[in-house]
Amino acid sequence: MLKVDSTPRAAWTIASMAAALVVLVPVVVILSSVFRNSDGVWQHLEATRLGDYALNTLVLSLGVCCTAGVVGVVSAWVVTMYRFPGRLVLSWALLLPLAVPPYLAAYAMTDLLQFSGPVQGWMRNTFGLTGGDYWFPDLRTLGGATFILSFSLFPYVYFAARIAFLEQSRSMLEASRTLGCGPLRTFLFVGVPLARPAIAGGVALVLMETVADFGAVDYCAVDTFATGVYRTWYGLDSPVAAGQLSALVVSILFLFVGLEWLLRRSGDRHRATDRANGSDGVRIGRPGRALAILCCLVPLTSGFLLPAGRLAYLAFVGGDGRSSELLGGLVVSTASIAVLASVVAMMLGILIGYGRRLQRNPWTACAALASRMGYAMPGPVIAIGLLICLGWIDHRINDLAAAGGGSWRPGLLLTGSIAALVIGYQARFLAIAVSFVESGLARVHRSIDAAARTLGAGPSRTLFGVHLPMLRTSLLAGGLIVFVDVAKELPITLMLRPFNFDTLAVRVYQLASDERIEEAASAAVAIIGVGLIPVLVLARHVERIRTAGSKGATA
Amino acid sequence: MNRFVQALSAMVILCVSTVHAEEVVNVYSARHYDTDDALIKQFTKETGIKVNIIEGRSDTLLSRIKQEGELCPADVFITVDAGRLLRAEEMGVLQPVKSKTLEARVPASLRHPEGLWFGLTKRARIIVVSADRVPEGIKLTYEQLADPKWKGKVLIRSSGNIYNQSLVASLIDAHGAEKTETWCKGIVANMARTPQGGDRDQIRGVAAGEGDVAVVNHYYLARMIGGSESDQEAASKVRVVFPNQDDRGTHVNVSGAGVVKTAPNRENAIRFIEFLAAEEAQKKFAGGNQEYPTVEGIETTDTLKSFGAFKEDDLNAATLGANNAEAIRIMDRSEWR
Repeated sequence: MLKVDSTPRAAWTIASMAAALVVLVPVVVILSSVFRNSDGVWQHLEATRLGDYALNTLVLSLGVCCTAGVVGVVSAWVVTMYRFPGRLVLSWALLLPLAVPPYLAAYAMTDLLQFSGPVQGWMRNTFGLTGGDYWFPDLRTLGGATFILSFSLFPYVYFAARIAFLEQSRSMLEASRTLGCGPLRTFLFVGVPLARPAIAGGVALVLMETVADFGAVDYCAVDTFATGVYRTWYGLDSPVAAGQLSALVVSILFLFVGLEWLLRRSGDRHRATDRANGSDGVRIGRPGRALAILCCLVPLTSGFLLPAGRLAYLAFVGGDGRSSELLGGLVVSTASIAVLASVVAMMLGILIGYGRRLQRNPWTACAALASRMGYAMPGPVIAIGLLICLGWIDHRINDLAAAGGGSWRPGLLLTGSIAALVIGYQARFLAIAVSFVESGLARVHRSIDAAARTLGAGPSRTLFGVHLPMLRTSLLAGGLIVFVDVAKELPITLMLRPFNFDTLAVRVYQLASDERIEEAASAAVAIIGVGLIPVLVLARHVERIRTAGSKGATA
Repeated sequence: MNRFVQALSAMVILCVSTVHAEEVVNVYSARHYDTDDALIKQFTKETGIKVNIIEGRSDTLLSRIKQEGELCPADVFITVDAGRLLRAEEMGVLQPVKSKTLEARVPASLRHPEGLWFGLTKRARIIVVSADRVPEGIKLTYEQLADPKWKGKVLIRSSGNIYNQSLVASLIDAHGAEKTETWCKGIVANMARTPQGGDRDQIRGVAAGEGDVAVVNHYYLARMIGGSESDQEAASKVRVVFPNQDDRGTHVNVSGAGVVKTAPNRENAIRFIEFLAAEEAQKKFAGGNQEYPTVEGIETTDTLKSFGAFKEDDLNAATLGANNAEAIRIMDRSEWR
C-alpha cells in the first residue's frame, strides 16, 4: 500500500466512523440494558412467551427468506434469460410490490380473505355453506404472515439477482451450454453461484425487514420478537427486559449479517468481465412461455395486484371523507421528508463505503458492520433509543445556553424538529445506502483507483472525478429504495415527528387504529402512488443496464 | 433606500411580534378522531389560540414527555384509557389544576381528586351477541363467558389490547388474581378462534357465524350501525347486552386529559380542557364518535339511546392502572394471545 498522504486517509476513517455513530448510538443505548436487572420480568418472559417469540421469529424468517429468495431469483432468471410475451412489462412490474408496505398488504389481504370478507362470503352464498363446513387458508397465522411478507419483500432479491444476472459474463453461460449443461443446470450451477453475493445481499435485506417488521405480524396475530419487545416495554412496563429482548435478536442477526458480509467478500473474486449478458433471451416453446409467465404473474399478483387492487377498491367505495382537504399536503410532506432522508443516507453511505475502500482497517470494518445494525431493529425500539440520546444532547445544549447567561434557550433543537426524524430514518435505513454503495464500488476495479492515484489525484478527487460518476446508477438505486422505505415508514415517524407534521403513513395509522380500514384506504393508495414513482425510475435503471449490455454484446 | 430600510424593519418587527404575540397550546394526543380535529379548529376560532398537535400511541407519547423532561413543549396530554392516565400520574408528568368549571361539570368519580386529569368521554365494554343464536333478553356477566357452555363461541381480541387489559384489571379488583387467572383460562378455552383483528372484526365474526358472543367497546357497534352497507348488515345481525347489570355493572373506561407538569402555556391548557368539557364539545364526542359524554345531561345520539341506559361499574380508574401489569402477566400465563 502506498503511504503518500496519510492525513486525508485517517480523516476518511474518522468520517466513516462518525457516520456509523448515527446507528450505533441509539442501538447501544438500548442494548446497554443487558447489564441491568429486569426485576423478574425476564424470568416471567422465559416462563411464558419467550419460546413462542423465538420459534415464531425463526420459522417466519426462514420461511420468508426461502420463499422470497426462490421467488426473486427464479423470476429474475426467467425475465433475464427467456423471451416470452409480456416480458418487458413484467420485468419492471416485478418491482412494484416494493411500493406496498407489508402492513398495508396485510390489511388488504386479510380484508379480502378473512371469514367475513368478500371471498369467503361469496363462497358461502354461492355454495350454501356455513362456517365450519369448509376449509379455507387463514391469513392471520404464521403461514399467512409468511405469505404476505414473502411476496411484499421478494423484490429486494429480484432486483439484486436481476442486475447480477444482467452483468454476468455471457461467455460463461455460453460455455456452460456448449459443455452440455441444460438450462436448469446452467441456472443452478453457473448462474446462481455467480450471482451468490448479490442474492445473499438481497436475502439479508429481506431477513432484516422480516425480523424488524411490526405492523404486518401484529395484524396477522403472530407474536415475534418485534411485537414482544413492544409488549414488554409498554404492557409489562419494563424497558430493561425489552432491551434485553432486542439484544438477543440483534446478536443473532449479527451472526447472519457477518456471514453475508463474508459471502460478499468471497464474491469479490467473481468479477464480471467486460462483456455483460445483455442477451435478448432464448426463445422457448409454448409450455415454456406459459410457465415463464406464471413464474412472474404469481408473485406480481400476490405482492401487488391483489393488495393494491383491494385498497383501491376500498378507497373508491368508501374512502377518506377528508381526502381532498388532507391528502395533497400529506403527499408533499411525505415526499419531501423522504427525499431529504434518502439524500442524507446516500451521503453517509458514501462516507462509510468509500472509507472502507480507502482504508481496510478494523475501524472502517466496524463502521460498515455497525451501519447495518439498525435495519434489523424494530422501528419503535430505534425511536426510543434515539429519543434518549438526542434528548440528552438537547438538554446539554440548553445547559450550555444557561451557563452562558441570558434568558435565551434554544429548546428542543433535535427532538422537537424534523432533525430527529431524519436521523431516525438514517438509523433504520443506512444499511440500504451502505450496501448499495459497497456493491457499486465492488464493481469498480481497483486498478482504476490505482490509475487515478498514479495520475496524481488524491482520494477526494478520485471519489468525485472517478467513483461517483461510475457509481451514479448505484447511488440512484439505493437512494430510491431508501425513499420508498421512508415513505412507508410508520413507527419512527409516529414517535419522533414534530408538532403538526404528519405523513401519509400517519394518516393511515390514525384511521386504521380506529378500525376504519375503508377510510384508511385513500391514504394507503396514496402511499403506494408515492412509492410507485421511484420504483418505476428504478425499473428504467435496470432496463438501461440491459440495453447497455446488449449493445456491448453486439459491438 | 431609507424607505426600503423602514419597510424591512417594519416587516422584521411584525414577524417577531407575531411569533411572540401568538397564543398557542401544545397537545400530545392519543385520540385520532376527525371530530377532535373539528373541535380544535373551533377552539382556535373562538379563542384565537393556535393548537399544535402530535398524535401517537399513549405509551410512546408518555415516554416522549418523560425523555423531554423540563424542556417538554407539551401543555396537554390526552389519552384513551384510565390505566394510561394513572401511568401518567405515577410518572409525575401531570400537574394539579384547580378549575371551578371543570369541577362543576365532570363528575368526581371521573376526574382525579387533585385535578391531575379530567375524564372527557366514557366507553363501555359490552357483550355483542348473535341475534339468531342467542335468546333475546339474555342476561350475561363477563364471568359467565368462561363457562364451558360457551365453548368455541367467544370472540375477543388480543391481550395486547389496552381495553382487554383494563377489563382484566377490573376483574382482578372484583375477584382477586387467582380467580381472574382461572377466568382467563376459561375464556381462552372458549375462544372461537385465535384472537385477531380489532373490535369491529369480532362483531363481524358474530354476524358471519364464527362465534356467538363478542366482547367489544360499544362505539364500534354504534359506528357500524351508521356505517357502510356491509357494516350495517353485520350490525343488524347482532344485539347489545350490557353485562353484570345485577351486580357491579358494566366495565367502563374513560378517555381524559391533563395538564403537563412543565406546560409552558398553562392557562391556555386549562382553557382547552374546559372547552372540551363544555356542552358543545361533549355533544360532538357523542354525535361524531358515539362515545358517552362524561358531563351529565348531555343529549346523546339515537343509536346510543337505542342501546338503553345501563349500570356502570364505578371502579376507580386508578385501580385499573394499578392492576395493569398484573393483568398482562395473568393473560400471558393463560396463553391469551
